[in-house]
Amino acid sequence: MARKIALRDALREGMSEEMRRDENVFLMGEEVALYNGAYKVSKGMLDEFGERRVVDTPISELGFAGIGVGAAMNGLRPIIEFMTWNFAVLAFDQIVNNAAKTLSQSAGDFNCPILFRGPSGAAGQLGQQHSQTFESWMANVPGLKVISCIDPYDAKGLIKSAIRDEDPICMMESELYYNLEGEVPEEEYLVPIGLAAVRRQGTDVTIVSYNKMMLVAKAAAEELAKEGISAEVIDLRTIRPLDFQTIVDSVKKTNRLVIVDECWPFAGVSAEVTYEIQKFAFDYLDAPIVRVNSADTSLGYAAAFVEEFLPNPAKVIEAVKQVMYVK
Amino acid sequence: MTQVVKSKKPRAKKAKAPAFSKETYLQWYEVMLRIRRFEERTLMMYGQQKIRGFCHVYIGQEAIAAGLVSAIRPEDAIATAYRQHGIALSRGISSKACMAELFGKKTGVVNGKGGSMHFFSKEKRFFGGNGIVGAQIPIGTGIAFAEKYKGTDNLCVTMFGDGAARQGALFESFNMAMTWKLPVLYICENNGYAMGTSVSRTSNVPDIYKIGLAFDMPSEAVDGMNPEAVHEALAKAAKHIREGNGPYFLEIKTYRYKGHSVSDPGKYRSKEELKEYKDLDPIKVVENKILKDKIASEAEIKAIKDLIKTEIDEAIEFAENSDYPDPSELYTDNYVQKDYPFLT
Ligand SMILES: Cc1ncc(C[n+]2csc(CCOP(=O)(O)OP(=O)(O)O)c2C)c(N)n1
Ligand SMILES: [Mg+2]
Repeated sequence: MARKIALRDALREGMSEEMRRDENVFLMGEEVALYNGAYKVSKGMLDEFGERRVVDTPISELGFAGIGVGAAMNGLRPIIEFMTWNFAVLAFDQIVNNAAKTLSQSAGDFNCPILFRGPSGAAGQLGQQHSQTFESWMANVPGLKVISCIDPYDAKGLIKSAIRDEDPICMMESELYYNLEGEVPEEEYLVPIGLAAVRRQGTDVTIVSYNKMMLVAKAAAEELAKEGISAEVIDLRTIRPLDFQTIVDSVKKTNRLVIVDECWPFAGVSAEVTYEIQKFAFDYLDAPIVRVNSADTSLGYAAAFVEEFLPNPAKVIEAVKQVMYVK
Repeated sequence: MTQVVKSKKPRAKKAKAPAFSKETYLQWYEVMLRIRRFEERTLMMYGQQKIRGFCHVYIGQEAIAAGLVSAIRPEDAIATAYRQHGIALSRGISSKACMAELFGKKTGVVNGKGGSMHFFSKEKRFFGGNGIVGAQIPIGTGIAFAEKYKGTDNLCVTMFGDGAARQGALFESFNMAMTWKLPVLYICENNGYAMGTSVSRTSNVPDIYKIGLAFDMPSEAVDGMNPEAVHEALAKAAKHIREGNGPYFLEIKTYRYKGHSVSDPGKYRSKEELKEYKDLDPIKVVENKILKDKIASEAEIKAIKDLIKTEIDEAIEFAENSDYPDPSELYTDNYVQKDYPFLT
């Protein structure tokens, strides 16, 4: 039986189910317990699991991320919440130099089953430091897996898989869409890490996206349909490992690809997809791949900047028309 | 619950004469009232969606800004966090430029690029509102490093919250500042809470000033609800620093009357606690003192009130009537290099 629940509830259900299932899973971060989460993702979890397993921290990102790594090396399965990924920057040392490298350094003796999670991406007029998108950063690091989605069904299934996974995982959500509702079954299910999903079938062009840019991609596809252009829309869901096969299969059908990626363009997710697709589907492409990213700048406060900075349906439609050589 | 540190009352010594000049009391009053009225209007404008994004007001903490105005020189530098409107105003950045910034207008102090959290002014030696908790602690230390390097006797006031005091960067900065005797005045504005987390929940050592003692840094707790106490502590610390003795740490105990930001209802604290501090309101305290001790007349107080009212009205009007930046400004100020080749 499916019912509609919000993204924040889906994430909480996923975490709570895994905490009931496995005593070694715990949640740690700023304001996760008594305040019920800065964005209310962990609402009620302190009541259910108590202070031992739902732990408020001081504002010490580097410290509590490292505490998570140590706990993971010593048999626990931490979920480390960052209020947003912008603040996880302080913890990159522990994520990048330790979580990602423990297995290699110990020749497989120690693994690090830890989940680092929180919202990523611009969320309105929050200025330069609070508007960054982190999938590209984290996906650059061997040893880490990266999940990014806002669909409640996927989020629940993926967070459960992530908690059970034996490797360190970074999961990106979206503070603007914690309210986004979607159908989620009552019964338990998992969504496997590393598989993209085709959200809309189409024949003329493939649009690849993830996280909240999926809403932009889908809106563009709907507009294009009115003009008789049939777009296939793919939600990556996992960024690393990336499901290139699903994209290749789609491009073999549509012969055209547009990538909608909130990350900055330089060395980003969109660049990686472009490389792999030109390598594996070169003969099927009828036009150069076009990407729509956030602007190659910091994002200032004024409303006009936000509009200019982010991908939107109009920019995606323009990109699609470019790869289709139509005006 | 935070504990209120009672100030060493300067007037206790000299029972009759006020400890500070009339000008100082009136200056404090004006500085504090400007901040209070500016931010009350800010909240109203936020309600009307003229101001967006994260917005953290300083209401309740104004005595610290007042003390800084009288105890610190304009040449001294200041670095603080996102709860910065009050400090920026007290530095002399105009109400107009601040309000226009909140509106995201071209005429704002940083041309609509920063919003509520990020004001900067080289002219006023204001090194920013930082949005990353604790990030300004090493930056302020570095500003002080540069002053010492250049051989000035300026100091850098480096301000941060009680929550920020738990960042590792503080400990690294304190250590280097003490080792190298840098001219930095660290101020922890302890308003009792970091978002919903009370100070006592963040450490086994709730007395934040004691952190400095581990580095042999002179460190004290100060009553932050009264500009007299704030001024005395700052002046003493500044003298110590200017004499080349290295850093000084003040934990200034204060309170924010509003939620952490506009979106925080502040349910984690009691009405009684809030009232306890509202009774200590620094603006009321100073106004009462001025009138009771006949430091200045009611007419003089009223003149300041009128001045501030007009000033804030004009700031709103200025912000309203200013233009928004052009979207193309997204690409300016990312690099000093003018023809930087952005990816498109
Ligand atoms: C590194 C980092 N972590 C978390 C946040 C989110 N955050 C913003 S303000 C704040 C509380 C800070 O409290 P405090 O230092 O006491 O300053 P106050 O807001 O009370 O002035 C938090 C957790 C952030 N901006 N930066
Ligand atoms: Mg605080």
